[in-house]
Amino acid sequence: MNRVRVVRPALFVGCLLPLAYIGWKFATDRLGANPIRELEIETGLWTLRLLAVTLAITPVRRAFGWNWLVKYRRMLGLFTFSYACIHLSMWVGVDWFFAWSDMWGEIVKHKYILIGMATWLMMLPLALTSTKGWVRRLGKRWIALHRLVYAAAITGTVHYLWAVKKDTFFPLVYLAVFVLLLGYRVVAALGRRATARATGDCLGGG
Amino acid sequence: MLIRRTDQIRSSEITKESDYLSRRKFVVAAGIATAGLVASGRLVAAIAPAKRQDDKPNSWDEITQYNNYYEFGTDKEDPYHNAQKFRTRPWTVKVDGLVKKPAEYHFEDLVKPYKLEDRVYRFRCVEAWSMVIPWQGIQLAEMIRRFEPLPSAKFVQFTTIYAPDQMPGQREAILPWPYVEGLRIDEATHPLTLMVTGLYGKTLPNQDGAPLRLIVPWKYGFKGIKAITRISFVDKQPLNTWQAANPNEYGFYANVNPEVDHPRWTQSSERRIGQFRRQRTLMFNGYADQVASLYAGMDLRKNF
Repeated sequence: MNRVRVVRPALFVGCLLPLAYIGWKFATDRLGANPIRELEIETGLWTLRLLAVTLAITPVRRAFGWNWLVKYRRMLGLFTFSYACIHLSMWVGVDWFFAWSDMWGEIVKHKYILIGMATWLMMLPLALTSTKGWVRRLGKRWIALHRLVYAAAITGTVHYLWAVKKDTFFPLVYLAVFVLLLGYRVVAALGRRATARATGDCLGGG
Repeated sequence: MLIRRTDQIRSSEITKESDYLSRRKFVVAAGIATAGLVASGRLVAAIAPAKRQDDKPNSWDEITQYNNYYEFGTDKEDPYHNAQKFRTRPWTVKVDGLVKKPAEYHFEDLVKPYKLEDRVYRFRCVEAWSMVIPWQGIQLAEMIRRFEPLPSAKFVQFTTIYAPDQMPGQREAILPWPYVEGLRIDEATHPLTLMVTGLYGKTLPNQDGAPLRLIVPWKYGFKGIKAITRISFVDKQPLNTWQAANPNEYGFYANVNPEVDHPRWTQSSERRIGQFRRQRTLMFNGYADQVASLYAGMDLRKNF
């Protein structure tokens, strides 16, 4: 059986489902009295959720030995960025209706907007260099560049945390999830280094 | 009549549902078009800042299903869902402190002497959304006259009922409970300040603060304390709940002021619920002619 032929379209549809759900809620008047605000919140939350799924690929793959998962990481990452773009365009085109000078004022004056914009800007080069050609061209630097996604996960969550008035419970849950996902990588990297050193000692001693 | 003088809003101006729906379609179209437009960049600065919109009263559904009332949950629709069974009878209001006639009133006795007035006010939330709401109630000044405050009474403090068994939000430490608000005595006795008991000529729904709430139309919505169970006359400035919770972001005065931003977002514009475009926020929410003199000589940046 060809797993890719099943998993890829399934994931593709799965990533579009939140958007369809949001669209359905909007079209059927289920977003409440302030639908624009809801659209911003929903698209922002789905950006963070998809980012968490993307970052979960590596730990899950290692934990279960599912190496085939890595094939789908790029698609998930690009969907994450797509939701971020939709989120941003809701703010630019719907919430502020292209009032550029007002938006600029928001960005420079208000740190939750600033950090949100910074998060999007960090994700932009990752999306642009996601093609095979760029992976080859950048080589080791590609890996270094794409570590920006870790920063984006944190700044994106802080953007959410700073946007809420007092109910910080969910933002902190998201933050905890990302801290776990990033913490796993730190521990794994330390483990690899220790192994390498131990192996090096053996070779040297032998 | 006071309503006309301050607002010039007629009930005939209520948004028709068809208009509301066509706006919705426009938002859908705009949303789809947005991505392309941003990319093409052709709209740069072509659009003038949004103008002020007509002050048409919001619909019953908008006013009763989009509420900030943390006692019943932090989501906007929580109060609508969680306040339905809230018991507003029997209800007592304790009047105490620096008054000649401290008393505990049954709600019915408290409101009986007065004729209810209909007043259409702009309502501006500190979160930068707004509505226009046809309240019904009693001018607070008239009530206060009956309590006969002493000359030493400089402030009025209001307290919400503490009923964690009925108010799920009060079982969590989102804010210090019970909710407290306060006004300077001259603000409390200003003719615009209203003790609200009704909406659209009907009994005030629970999620909007039944049976008795405060409305101070030139201040941010959070000053409009709900389900009031105590009114105290005091000589010191009360510490209102949001100020206690976050003194950097919320002050005592909380006057609507487009020139003084919330530390985390702008107050210079607002979205009227049901409208697509933002609009400029007005000084003192458009009531400057009536209330600006209360704050003559005060630094409104410091006293936010």
